[in-house]
Amino acid sequence: MKRIDKKADVVIVGGGVNGCSLAYQLAKRNLKVVLCEKSFLCSGSTGRCGAGIRQQWSTRENAELAINSIKIFEKLEKELGQDIGLRQGGYLIIVHDEADMKQANKNVAMQKSLGLDVSILTPDEILNIVPILDIKGMHAVGATFCPTDGHVDPFKTTYAYAHEAISHGAKLYKFTEVQGIKKNNGKIDSVQTSNGKITTDLVINAAGAWSKQIAEMIDVKLPNKPFRKEILVTERVKPVFEAMVISFKDGIYFSQQEEGQILGGIPIPNEKPGYFTVPTFDFLHHMSKTLVRYAPALKYVNVIRQWTGYYDITPDARPIIGEVERVKGFIQCNGFSGHGFMLSPMVTKILTEYIVDGKTPQILNSLNLSRFKGKKITREVSVVG
Amino acid sequence: MGDKIFICRCEDLTQEEIEKAIDEGYTTLEELKCRLRLGMGPCQGRGCLLLARRLICQKTGKSTDEISIPSSRPPIIPVSLGLLASDKDEKNR
Repeated sequence: MKRIDKKADVVIVGGGVNGCSLAYQLAKRNLKVVLCEKSFLCSGSTGRCGAGIRQQWSTRENAELAINSIKIFEKLEKELGQDIGLRQGGYLIIVHDEADMKQANKNVAMQKSLGLDVSILTPDEILNIVPILDIKGMHAVGATFCPTDGHVDPFKTTYAYAHEAISHGAKLYKFTEVQGIKKNNGKIDSVQTSNGKITTDLVINAAGAWSKQIAEMIDVKLPNKPFRKEILVTERVKPVFEAMVISFKDGIYFSQQEEGQILGGIPIPNEKPGYFTVPTFDFLHHMSKTLVRYAPALKYVNVIRQWTGYYDITPDARPIIGEVERVKGFIQCNGFSGHGFMLSPMVTKILTEYIVDGKTPQILNSLNLSRFKGKKITREVSVVG
Repeated sequence: MGDKIFICRCEDLTQEEIEKAIDEGYTTLEELKCRLRLGMGPCQGRGCLLLARRLICQKTGKSTDEISIPSSRPPIIPVSLGLLASDKDEKNR
């Protein structure tokens, strides 16, 4: 293997969508970028995710991040010169009871104030969007729907970013593990990898579920916990709906991909944090049972595969973004809690502008690691999977 | 008969397409899977993964034992959602 570069302006740890997007944007701004990925690009959460992109959030901050991210996704194919598999079939969020509806009304009012096209649907209107749903089976009293939510292909997107990053001079090293990070006088000094040492002033920790371990190398404690999440996919059947159907109460999400397969997930009952990778029968049963309750016609469709991936979960289900107070040059881009793919365009744009232009928008303060130090935090409640 | 050689029949992938991806730097089966959906159809790679591995070896000069086979994902054969959803003694197929 080629020996790694001895010096870099910035070392990115992690070859998921966030790492590759940062590599592209920073290299485009003429920084000397080295990215280290311990396995192959997309091997972690990015390549295992449900691939939905959604703007319907309960916190204003997440909604803004997501709305701006989708604006970037809409132009990304042209910018990167490659298909990224964008399909905007909307997100249909099922509302189950009065309390649910109260929260939905609140969310929709906030989202509308940000200019989002989102509405509250009656049960009849739900069936116009996804005809195979069973209103009674879902215990639905209504739904919220945003037509510009949708789906993007994580593999295509990440590989397109990687390709463009390399064209702009970034060095992407796969199968290269970060083994240690050194600091000097409270500043980043160098990164030790399985393929040599790199001297640098900046390290971006975009290692997903392994971010906590990367931060520990330099005595920074992250509150993130890895949770195993499972997904199943069926054989391809005739396309009958385009929206992603989700429920915060049941935790389920599912959609039909462009090629026809139904893909979805649900939390495993009583799952504990940890690095578990074995797929469970509990999930398969619970997911199938809930999915067939939502859409009875699907009971004849065959499941061909189930797999696991991690959510890197923070105490408030919001990501940790920006430079840590204690070590100059150590930048976090993790803790996405299951939403790293859909928020990546905006988050990586904000970090790029911080690193290159020194811009510090309010959101960087609000998503900084320091927020967990004894202050009151607002938890994102619109979470599935 | 055409002269295309199909390696992954579920996802309609030819030898030429796979070799092109290997040339672009996708030199493990996991990466080919992500890039081309190799082995992601109903047969789950039974027919194609070993063939594709040979192509990687031919292109990169590596030996077969250096190229790992992607994780097997359950179920072994396709199973209907109705069957998976059913409880004990319940007929829900």
